[in-house]
Amino acid sequence: MREGMFRNPSGCAISGIFSRSGKRFSGKCIIDSIATMRDRSNGLGGGFAAYGIYPEYKEYYAFHIFYDSKSAKKDCEKFLEEHFDIINLSKIPTQKVPEITDEPLIWRYFVAPLPTKLADSQMDEREFVVKCVFRINTAIDGAYVFSSGKNMGVFKAVGFPEDVGRFYRLEEYEGYCFTAHGRYPTNTPGWWGGAHPFALLDYSVVHNGEISSYDANRRAIEMYGYKCTLQTDTEVITYIIDYLHRKKGLKLEEICLVIAAPFWTTIENKPEEERQELEYLRSAFASQLITGPFSIIVGFEGGMMALNDRLKLRSMVVAEKDDMFYVASEEAAIRIIQNDLDKVWSPKGGEGVIVTLEKGRI
Amino acid sequence: MAINYVYPEYEIVRNYDRCINCRVCERQCANEAHKYLSDYNKMTSDDSKCVNCHRCVALCPTRALKIVKSNHTFRENANWNGKSINEIYKQAESGGVLLSSMGNPENYPVYFDKILLNASQVTNPSIDPLREPMETRVFLGAKPDRIERDENGRLKNNMPPQLKLSMPVMFSAMSYGSISYNAHESLARAAAEMGILYNTGEGGLHEDFYKYGQNTIVQVASGRFGVHKKYLDSGAAIEIKMGQGAKPGIGGHLPGTKVGEDISKTRMIPEGTDAISPAPHHDIYSIEDLRQLVYSLKEATAYKKPIIVKIAAVHNVAAIASGIARSGADIIAIDGFRGGTGAAPTRIRDHVGLPIELALASVDKRLRDEGIRNNVSIVVAGSIRSSADIVKAVALGADCVYIGTAALLALGCHLCRSCQTGKCNWGIATQRADLVKRLNPDIGYKRLVNLLTAWKHEIKEMMGGMGINSIESLKGNRLMLRGVGLNEKELEILGIKHAGE
Amino acid sequence: MKRVYVNEKWCLGCHLCEYYCAFASTNETDMAKALKDKKINPRIRIESNEGINFAVSCRHCEEPLCVKGCITGALSKNDGIITIDRNRCISCYTCILCCPYGAVSPSEDGAVQKCELCIKTNVGTPQCVKGCPNGAIVYEERGE
Repeated sequence: MREGMFRNPSGCAISGIFSRSGKRFSGKCIIDSIATMRDRSNGLGGGFAAYGIYPEYKEYYAFHIFYDSKSAKKDCEKFLEEHFDIINLSKIPTQKVPEITDEPLIWRYFVAPLPTKLADSQMDEREFVVKCVFRINTAIDGAYVFSSGKNMGVFKAVGFPEDVGRFYRLEEYEGYCFTAHGRYPTNTPGWWGGAHPFALLDYSVVHNGEISSYDANRRAIEMYGYKCTLQTDTEVITYIIDYLHRKKGLKLEEICLVIAAPFWTTIENKPEEERQELEYLRSAFASQLITGPFSIIVGFEGGMMALNDRLKLRSMVVAEKDDMFYVASEEAAIRIIQNDLDKVWSPKGGEGVIVTLEKGRI
Repeated sequence: MAINYVYPEYEIVRNYDRCINCRVCERQCANEAHKYLSDYNKMTSDDSKCVNCHRCVALCPTRALKIVKSNHTFRENANWNGKSINEIYKQAESGGVLLSSMGNPENYPVYFDKILLNASQVTNPSIDPLREPMETRVFLGAKPDRIERDENGRLKNNMPPQLKLSMPVMFSAMSYGSISYNAHESLARAAAEMGILYNTGEGGLHEDFYKYGQNTIVQVASGRFGVHKKYLDSGAAIEIKMGQGAKPGIGGHLPGTKVGEDISKTRMIPEGTDAISPAPHHDIYSIEDLRQLVYSLKEATAYKKPIIVKIAAVHNVAAIASGIARSGADIIAIDGFRGGTGAAPTRIRDHVGLPIELALASVDKRLRDEGIRNNVSIVVAGSIRSSADIVKAVALGADCVYIGTAALLALGCHLCRSCQTGKCNWGIATQRADLVKRLNPDIGYKRLVNLLTAWKHEIKEMMGGMGINSIESLKGNRLMLRGVGLNEKELEILGIKHAGE
Repeated sequence: MKRVYVNEKWCLGCHLCEYYCAFASTNETDMAKALKDKKINPRIRIESNEGINFAVSCRHCEEPLCVKGCITGALSKNDGIITIDRNRCISCYTCILCCPYGAVSPSEDGAVQKCELCIKTNVGTPQCVKGCPNGAIVYEERGE
């Protein structure tokens, strides 16, 4: 059975590296970092998200697509041609690695919405892209868009993350932010589309945990046009962040107060103005509260956010050195790439750590 | 009466070895079923008067009494059972509509008893409610469409009026008239202490209870009894009663004998007149008329109070709920066919309506499909019997539940279903002063508080077991439920998987 | 000092207090065995009229008229409680006449009896309070 037809609870490893100055660095260090946490995975899923890797195409949406067959590719490309200007397309460069098998066709397209089509749809550009991605993923059999942001990309497969990294030749890419994920699922996924990270537009989420509120969150978010086809926690978390940030206009700090809201007893003791704001966020967005253990790293254009659930039921360590910022499930995964650290700490449950590019966007 | 067609259903069994002739049974039975025979120095009982309310049994100091079902039988007949036969006899004699009280007792499926809950293990830790915060607070009301910011970029509070509850339970509507003053006082005081709300029902609000206004939902029913400006202003919310689970399609009925001076004053009707509520509201013949009433009430109360619309669960409840969600109402209350009543025609109570579990599942799904689930909160009733029912109802999609029968049981009701006679021996469903006295609110309210405190703790235990520490994460979380012994259609309507999947 | 107080608002006239009182003074463990086929003579009595019921028992007055009137000193005040020494009582019934509440009455053997707050029973605390089903009888300190 393909992932998405059943629910696959898992335990995992996550890691993230961010350069505040926007200085681009090779994907080698993220591979080294996630490889340290090999025991947290079981080889059934691994992946990376990388930001700032396509500077020459930075105005265009980079679609990464899996195809099960040539006919799926044909159907999908037909759809893309009808809706987008395709500036460039190519196979994503990979190298043969014995541990990675059964790979699908993996292609990459740099696209921009066709102006006439966009005007006709009367949507804003990002909503148009989201709708098209959903359309391909649900209606075109055998085609799956797993990355759809500008100047960023997701690389994932079934296998240990360090093997996946080598497969995609990640060390040849240079970006200002990399996140990584190693998976330990309790069911055999077998399908690459189900691996993590999950991405929509420039939001990517890697997640370690299992949320008890999954179905409450899923049924609430599906009201707003999202389709949870993968039945994974990561998918619903990504949609929630997209909804709150892009559609509702909440700031990232406010999003942390919604998805990892403080307890009522804590809220009661805050000063009046803050108490009202916290109470408002909690009741207006009650269905977006996430309970259950999680530590997530959210990547977005120009920044990264790390957040633990409010009971801190999963590990997460954060560190800084000069302009570099590191976050991982274990300190060892940070020290392997940078042992001389200015600051190391474990954020409290429910307190998000947000870093952004010092100069704004690149 | 020369021919006794109907043999008493219950027999009073007295253990004469233990009876000490204290006569408390005689003194406490309003139906005069017991009598002391001084000539024989012996107590005797008349089974034909017994309604099986257990007052005598509960008060007998030596436990000398019990009530048993009579084993006087008709010939076995799976089709014409004794009950069906007796009902024909009663109607042949009286020519009248059969009247019953409390909820549907017939053998229809109870879906709550066919649903199982989840617990977290290994991949996700369960949470210990004694050591970690476990939150049961709920806010009922419409949620805002969009956020607004002020000049400084701070979030503006554009939240429509909400009801804040310490746990997802409220006391259901039971009118002053169908139940006694002391019963209302017990409900009001318990609601105030627990941080929840109680409902006046369609009998208006007695002036002594205005002081509990913050914990009161005032009801506007088709008869508009007791509805005036001060009444609307006194409550924390206003409920428009469009229907009731026990008797969908018809209105309430309070016999003239129960309309004494106090009831007459509170309901604003003449003493001794029957208080009959019309079947529909005669100013609401369609959904747009309802919208008009919702907004009239909002105007009358300066948009400060949430408006609840209460409907009975009938076949197209999902479509009706969708209409109500777009009518400006803040909360929809759905009453299932097991709901209780002071008095209703037996055939309507037993054969009309839908189980609340199915109604809730389809309303919740329909509102989500249409993207309007956040326009309203959903409260369900009829019948919630335990904290497990509450957890299952929330997981199916409810924000909160109403309890009626459960609250009366806490006050001493023994579900003898004779409320319509007005001779409730426990002082609950009566207006006779000597009987009302038997319900001391100091004792009654404490029992309600105990019941809810116990349930709150049980809810926390079940939530903790599921790895959930805030009730909002349980709402609509149907993956936490599995059905047992349900067919495909039932599972589909409930939106849950079968146990083992 | 704690006394037994009755709230007539909640007294139902059910007479259970009378039976619990009678049971307490038998010092038996099973009420059926203790009171079967017995006519009770309790120290608390229900009085009813026009829909109002009230249970009357000794008030343990600060200035007890019964003690004042007792010619043998059988009635005395000990730690606030008015007690009866049955061996000294000669059944003159002066106390019965003196009590303004009618709380004293003759017992089966002729000596007088009245509520002594169950201090001479093997339970030790007032049983009328325990037996009242409606919270009409309480045992509390009211600073009088």
